[in-house]
Amino acid sequence: MRYLPHTDADRQAMLQAIGVGAIDDLFRDVPEGLLLKGPIDGLPNHQPEMDVERHLGRLASRNLPAGAVPSFLGAGAYRHHVPASVDHLIQRGEFLTAYTPYQPEVSQGTLQALFEFQSQVALITGMDVANASMYDGATSCAEAVMMAFRVTRRHKAVFSGGVHPHYRDVTRNLVHFTGGTLEEHDPDPRGAEDLTGSIDGETACVVVQNPTLFGHVADLSALAEAAHQAGALLIVVVTEVVSLGLLPSPGSMGADIVVAEGQSIGNPLTFGGPYVGLFATRQKFVRQMPGRLCGQTVDADGQRGFVLTLSTREQHIRREKATSNICTNSGLCALAFTIHMALLGETGFTRLARLNHARATALADRLGEIDGVRLLNEGYFNEFTLELPGNAAAIVERLAGRGILAGVPASRLYRDRPVLDDLLLVAATETNSQDDIDAFAAALAEEIAR
Amino acid sequence: MTKQTMNRQGRPSQAGGTGAEAADTMATHTGDRALMVEEKLIFEIGNPGSCGVDLPDPGDLTPRLGGLAPREGIGLPDLAEPTVVRHYTRLSQKNMGIDTTMYPLGSCTMKHNPRLNEKMARLPGFADIHPLQPASTVQGALALIEELADWLRTLTGMPAVAMSPGAGAHGELCGMMAIRAALEARGERRTRVLVPESAHGTNPATAAALGYSVDAIPGTADGRMDLEAFKEKLGPDVAAIMLTNPNTCGLFERDVKAVADAIHDVGGYFYCDGANFNAIVGKVRPGDLGIDAMHINLHKTFSTPHGGGGPGSGPVVLSEALAPFAPLPFIVSDDDGLKLIEHVGQDGHGAESFGRMKGFHGQMGMFVRALTYMLSHGVDGMRQASEDAVLNANYILARLDGTLSVPYPGPCMHEALFDDGFLKGTEVGTLDIAKALIDEGFHPMTMYFPLVVHGALLVEPTESETKRTLDRFIETLAALAAEAGTEAGARRLAGAPYFTPRRRLDETRAARNPVLRWTPEADLAEAAE
Repeated sequence: MRYLPHTDADRQAMLQAIGVGAIDDLFRDVPEGLLLKGPIDGLPNHQPEMDVERHLGRLASRNLPAGAVPSFLGAGAYRHHVPASVDHLIQRGEFLTAYTPYQPEVSQGTLQALFEFQSQVALITGMDVANASMYDGATSCAEAVMMAFRVTRRHKAVFSGGVHPHYRDVTRNLVHFTGGTLEEHDPDPRGAEDLTGSIDGETACVVVQNPTLFGHVADLSALAEAAHQAGALLIVVVTEVVSLGLLPSPGSMGADIVVAEGQSIGNPLTFGGPYVGLFATRQKFVRQMPGRLCGQTVDADGQRGFVLTLSTREQHIRREKATSNICTNSGLCALAFTIHMALLGETGFTRLARLNHARATALADRLGEIDGVRLLNEGYFNEFTLELPGNAAAIVERLAGRGILAGVPASRLYRDRPVLDDLLLVAATETNSQDDIDAFAAALAEEIAR
Repeated sequence: MTKQTMNRQGRPSQAGGTGAEAADTMATHTGDRALMVEEKLIFEIGNPGSCGVDLPDPGDLTPRLGGLAPREGIGLPDLAEPTVVRHYTRLSQKNMGIDTTMYPLGSCTMKHNPRLNEKMARLPGFADIHPLQPASTVQGALALIEELADWLRTLTGMPAVAMSPGAGAHGELCGMMAIRAALEARGERRTRVLVPESAHGTNPATAAALGYSVDAIPGTADGRMDLEAFKEKLGPDVAAIMLTNPNTCGLFERDVKAVADAIHDVGGYFYCDGANFNAIVGKVRPGDLGIDAMHINLHKTFSTPHGGGGPGSGPVVLSEALAPFAPLPFIVSDDDGLKLIEHVGQDGHGAESFGRMKGFHGQMGMFVRALTYMLSHGVDGMRQASEDAVLNANYILARLDGTLSVPYPGPCMHEALFDDGFLKGTEVGTLDIAKALIDEGFHPMTMYFPLVVHGALLVEPTESETKRTLDRFIETLAALAAEAGTEAGARRLAGAPYFTPRRRLDETRAARNPVLRWTPEADLAEAAE
């Protein structure tokens, strides 16, 4: 077996050094009857590399890669172009095969990259500080609400109908089990929601998304002010971080916590994971933050270096009194984010955002011309909602059969809401060419006319 | 601080320091030393106007931002591609990884990460599929998840598995949520969870996150949970026991069946922490032990890379009693093929599911890697891997017994635990030994965990190391232990490591005055200093 270095002679010599006759003597603490005498049935034995490749290749070939066809899916995961050097660098063994940087003397590479990551996230969100990442955007959102409960000592969250339902469901679960309440507002496809009236003296936080699931963008300043006046925090969710290259930062609009899905920068779609949750807040809340933090310090020679810090918040020190049970971050995905963002820089990131917006406006114009199709957004970034003259899921299925991934029907995310059945969420990124847009528009027009 | 480099020219010599003079003669003009190269932050090497990507010009844009003014001035540095590639390559060289070094970090299972796994995960059919594509266009992905789930069910002997948790601790949360949901379905609101003192910190943190009070169970003199103390704490208010097996002392819990029977007798559930599954794959089926839930760290046992701290993946196998409460989404099969159940009660499935834990469907990229590993090893190879992992740990334990101090007699499972008794009467602590190991070319073992022994050194060699490397590691530890007994040696160890990009770091300073990001102001202040 190619991954196991011992020969049988090695094994014999080692057993002898230990002073036992057979390997199962080392398993003698396993109670009688529980130690298996032979291999487990029903699973194959080891295989050569090329056979494994063939098997996995066959499975992969039964999927339709988004990049192989015109593709317009978003709703929390976006197909962007990732420069080749990102994937090369994250596969360097010193990054890929290292553990959490608990030994800072031999982990300065990971630690400095995390410090750069935290700095980039703080800058793009317009916040003071960011942590070293979380599992994904949805879990970041749930952790943000729990943090708001700790900060305000209140236990009610007002949840906008513009937030991605996966984020809502994940948050609801954690809140449910901890005795808080989630005031959930109805899905808001038209961007008409006003939450100021829902905030009261019991409200710990208001959770909104910008752009919303349906693509609407809004100035959140007034909502932030209303929340702050009631002693509540404003949590802003961002599922498409590229938007932060064009839209005003959540921090500048008064957000207290910003949580985001960072997948768009540096990370492929990979059917939904692994992704990277961003989490940023104001300096005064640092000690209430969940997750790992990397901080600057000096070494014994007085040189600048980096360490994981404020770990007294964390489970391995505080155990049941920790701010969260989280033990890992999304290290390698955060590294991919950091490297891609470094390649983009201010110049590239703002240009990428403008390019996405330009593609989306071109797409919206083209699709909006089709008879029976109505655009529900006045303002949007790279994603918007269309009302179709029929069931969106059925049309999407037919278009997939023609080799076009047309977007996400709202019914995929909301069950038993017939009022949303005709709505289609459509996203465009820099990867969509004018040919893609033309092909989509032509096929959609034909399917609707059928 | 940015002004300070390793260049010691112009600095006063240490009092009486022949060493400092020697360092002077070894100094370079740049402060760099060949492969030991200083690297500033990207924010300090930016060149406004350069860019590492070529993107088409968006042209004249009429923004449709609903009246919002486009953002200006974010503050990110501009760097060209060669600068970025060199920067992160240099940073990587300041890390140890399994590829470069034996990494015997107890309870972390730092085994070889095969590159075939990486190659497979990057096939466009896996890496470039959107989580919300129609099911008809992702049948291969759903089949892969099902195939991996079948491996996990079969290896553990459990009837069900929840695939979506994003890491081990997330898996714990999943299992404990299922337990709480099952209790709620019975109309019970239990309040206490029992956790042995030796447990990982995530266990009590998870129980507390779900609103349970945590009741610690003491250990026995031979490193196991005290069965009698456990039984005394049982009662109708106990929701579950969270027991790690093999446990964090590297030992198999011999009473595991009795634990299962006792917790079930009072109507509670048995959560098993599967962090140490690598010791028993193909040797013991957790399902035969009477457990109700166990997370499996794909990044430990099944070799998906740790990546400097994630992403992990923590599927949870579940008993018949807990399976109905498993989280969304999950996969079912019907006439059209495989499909995802993403909503409670969708098409008659998952009516009792406790809901969703994570966006989308789980760590697909990790599933591809883990399945690739399983197919490569096969069921025979994985059994051999567990045996080799246990053999290697026992070899270390046997050869260092008497040189280091062994708190609990062997045999151990895949981890060898030592305490700091062998350092008694010296000025040297566990930390110093670990830091000195770094200079010798080894990543340290886990230190000061588990908490139940004093100054713990927890060594997990895994199956990936050769006998030659193990011998070298053993001889190095023996030499360091001997050195600790001399005055000069103790002094030297207290200063280790000496040959790393940074010496010991001031963690107190980092925590007292947290600097968590670069700011232009900080940079200016540095310059003025």
